[in-house]
Amino acid sequence: MSEFMRLDHVTRTFGGGAFSTKPPIVAVDDVSISIDEDEPKITTIAGESGSGKTTLARLLMGTIKPTFGTMYYRGNDFSKLSRGDSWKFKQEVQSIYQDPFGSYNPFYKVDHVLETPINRFKLATSRTAKTAMIEEALAMVGLQPGDTLGRFPHQLSGGQRQRIMVARALLIKPRLILADEPVSMVDASLRATILDSIRRLNREIGISVIYITHDLTTALQISDNILVMYRGSVVESGAVERVILEPKHPYTQLLIESIPQPDPDNKWGDEPPTPRFEDFSSMFGCKFADRCPHVMDICNEEQPPGYRLEQHRQAQCYLYQDEASEMEDPDLASIFQDRRAELNV
Amino acid sequence: MVTIEQETRSSNASGDDEFALRVEDLKVYYGTPRGTVKAVDGVSFNLKQGERFALVGESGSGKSTLAMAIMRLTREPGHIAGGHIYLNGRDVVDMPEKEIRSIRLREMALVPQGAMNSLNPVMRVGDQIIDGIMDHVLPGESPPNKSEIDERIHDLLIRVGLDPNVARLHPHELSGGMKQRVAMAIAISLDPNIIVADEPTSALDVVVQRQIMQTLGRLQEGLEAAVLLVGHDMGLVAQFADTIGVMYAGKLVEVGSVPDVFKDPKHPYTQLLIESLPSFDISRQFVGIPGMQPALLNLPPGCSFNPRCPSVHERCFREVPAFLPIDGRGVACHLYDETVIPAQTPVIPAKAGIQRDEEVTN
Repeated sequence: MSEFMRLDHVTRTFGGGAFSTKPPIVAVDDVSISIDEDEPKITTIAGESGSGKTTLARLLMGTIKPTFGTMYYRGNDFSKLSRGDSWKFKQEVQSIYQDPFGSYNPFYKVDHVLETPINRFKLATSRTAKTAMIEEALAMVGLQPGDTLGRFPHQLSGGQRQRIMVARALLIKPRLILADEPVSMVDASLRATILDSIRRLNREIGISVIYITHDLTTALQISDNILVMYRGSVVESGAVERVILEPKHPYTQLLIESIPQPDPDNKWGDEPPTPRFEDFSSMFGCKFADRCPHVMDICNEEQPPGYRLEQHRQAQCYLYQDEASEMEDPDLASIFQDRRAELNV
Repeated sequence: MVTIEQETRSSNASGDDEFALRVEDLKVYYGTPRGTVKAVDGVSFNLKQGERFALVGESGSGKSTLAMAIMRLTREPGHIAGGHIYLNGRDVVDMPEKEIRSIRLREMALVPQGAMNSLNPVMRVGDQIIDGIMDHVLPGESPPNKSEIDERIHDLLIRVGLDPNVARLHPHELSGGMKQRVAMAIAISLDPNIIVADEPTSALDVVVQRQIMQTLGRLQEGLEAAVLLVGHDMGLVAQFADTIGVMYAGKLVEVGSVPDVFKDPKHPYTQLLIESLPSFDISRQFVGIPGMQPALLNLPPGCSFNPRCPSVHERCFREVPAFLPIDGRGVACHLYDETVIPAQTPVIPAKAGIQRDEEVTN
């Protein structure tokens, strides 16, 4: 197995400098994950706003640096990359953002966003080669070059704009695509086509995808693995269908129960408690302890370690301390490994 | 239970106290340089005291325009072009603005969409709640004194599930869910009996969304108020509402109790809406409703849903379907009008009339 990227006990805080009266906000708290190149997968990072999912993605994108811990890119310490490696990293990691309009300069035709990366990374030697590349990438996401090229962003629908962003990411032949809520601003009827083109990038070209979302329904539909984040920690992770259909961590359970099911016979239970602490930096133990229905004494004393509940699942919860063993290596790679063979995909 | 159009029309216009809100053949039009946009075109429904009614539809179906018209907050170039809105028996359509102001917050209140933008960023939460109360003191009524106000704010914040100390904070110090709770505290500050909630939980996380909806339900029960929930999330409707009204291109196409409509939707649009709901069933493919809602400036002749309808037939292109009562519900579809054409026998084979959006076929 060759490791593409690895976060080793990475923590990222914001604020709380020497002159600040407030404690720092811990956006990502001691997270270790790795992305493997040989087994490209779609991994969902799910969580509510403020859970740290976007911060984690920005760390992976290299736009922010860890406060503590180390990030590795192809085995090299990310903070000490050579110029060439750094350039290569920018090519190999691409992102797709939430707002399909904000990614465009309205004064340029859409061709501009497709040509720029080719020019920048010198991917094509001639004009014809460039056109061929663009057309191939558009076909991959199910767009007709004739319908899209030569137009301005406002002449295209949100779904088309977002798929051009997928095509752009694809042109550069990246190894990893970070998709941050790529369908939350697109009409429901067009979501399927965009998610489908992202899935094809993974299945057909073998690109790893990190799909950041709060929508667990689409997560279940397209991803292989999931990380559920709460207040900066990965509280539960594992094979997507296990975690979503049979959640173990009380937070994941609350999250899934709260999805409004379109079934009048299957209504919500009682109103769940609101967090007692908006500022959780003063909490010693489990960060969910103030809302957890199963809270025990130990939960307020020490942060729970990850317990390996199944081969492909871990949860950070003391409820499972008797039945499951503590994870030796907090890196989640062992949880996510070898799923392809098992699923016969 | 929402009664249907025919009954509404025959009922007497004055002093019928059974209904908190009666909307009769309401028309809200927008005058634009390119023509008149009929955002709400002949909508009628009734809302009983204590009832939770949800109005659903995709963006542009006119549901928010309708909610704003009920609050009499329609802005230029929009205007109420016809119909009546009876609020506790009084028609508010032609009521002078001054009189409307004395009704808002006392009888009807709005929980706005995106509370983050509806609070004043430079005012403390407590002051914003007082603002509404003081602004609606009736002439001849003595305004509440300081201690009464403090007590009132304390009580309101506790009722919406916030710490009373929140009164001293500014909106930027609150989370999205807390801001929405403040907006609810303002809405219930004068005990209205009709609460209009326009997508109150859009942009909130699922757990917060559930908490806000459950709080709204608790407040509604406490006040025995009627709630008009405007939204597009069928899941929320199933969880919260008693009755549902489905809007399409400015018209109500189906009205009924939530269990009835979810179990047995009648209108083809409602059927597609319910079929396209996302679920945790892995084997199911994600399906959308083919096509797009037509532009309101350029509606197709006949039924507005005819370009997307799987059971379209020849009559649908000629005639706008009337709103018909069936089984204690109401539906506007020719399939159920058995007097002229037997139902379920489309002249044009199903699917033939569908003009698929290029996005879907691509």
